Amino acid sequence: MTTRAVEAWTLEPLVTFVKEASARLVLVMTSAGQVMAQHGFSRAVDVMSAAALGAAIMASTDEIARQLAQPPFAALNHQGDRHGIFLGAVTTGRGKLVVLVVYDLDVSSLGLVQLFFEQLTADLQAASPKEGVSKQVLAADFERELSDSLNTLFGR
Amino acid sequence: MTAPPYGPALDLVTRVRGVRGAMLVSGDDGIVVAEQLMEGIKGSAVAALASSLAARLRRAMEAAGVGASLFWHLQCDQGGLLVVPAPSGVLIVAVAEPDVNVGLVRLELLRAAEAVG
Repeated sequence: MTTRAVEAWTLEPLVTFVKEASARLVLVMTSAGQVMAQHGFSRAVDVMSAAALGAAIMASTDEIARQLAQPPFAALNHQGDRHGIFLGAVTTGRGKLVVLVVYDLDVSSLGLVQLFFEQLTADLQAASPKEGVSKQVLAADFERELSDSLNTLFGR
Repeated sequence: MTAPPYGPALDLVTRVRGVRGAMLVSGDDGIVVAEQLMEGIKGSAVAALASSLAARLRRAMEAAGVGASLFWHLQCDQGGLLVVPAPSGVLIVAVAEPDVNVGLVRLELLRAAEAVG
């Protein structure tokens, strides 16, 4: 399985996380759903769908927490029969990132994912550039930016 | 419904001289259910890694055709990890010093597993 990153600083922390947590699929994205790195996806359409859904889930839970007058939830886990889905947020020098992890229950566990997610958080925070958020993507450039990102994420 | 006696089950193990801590760990998830640990032991890390190891050992035992794991002991130069899986899937984990009475800890882990169910 290939791990690829649009922003190079995310690659090494992600590769380490995938190896340690035995994760099947991982997406690192902004809270708006813009993908920064991925592991295990083979189709661009799957990446776009997962990123949009992951970002939407995080936005929904942030709003639930806001309505409950609580700080945002740190992480979410959904466990099925064979797979688990873990969503967590990381605050970096590039702003808030969302990490979506899919793991097989027969090779990994929630405990392992949580344990190495802590390490991923520290690694991303240490590796992230400190000069502020990345440039805004203008509507006019959106399609080209998206296409460039997907090309990078799939090594085209 | 009565809550399982997690505290007393852990007491059985931690009262043994040389035991630095005991935990009940969800075998499937690798999450801590209950713990009594000395300071400096990372309970969540031990739980996650011990449950991962238990799952792999279980598969190895199945592949070898020797049945289910009843007790395992990892001996290290500065201590050891002793684990008994309970029938419910919970792991009873003890973190011990190198000179601990392994036989006594094993006995108490088995009793704790019986109490937890």
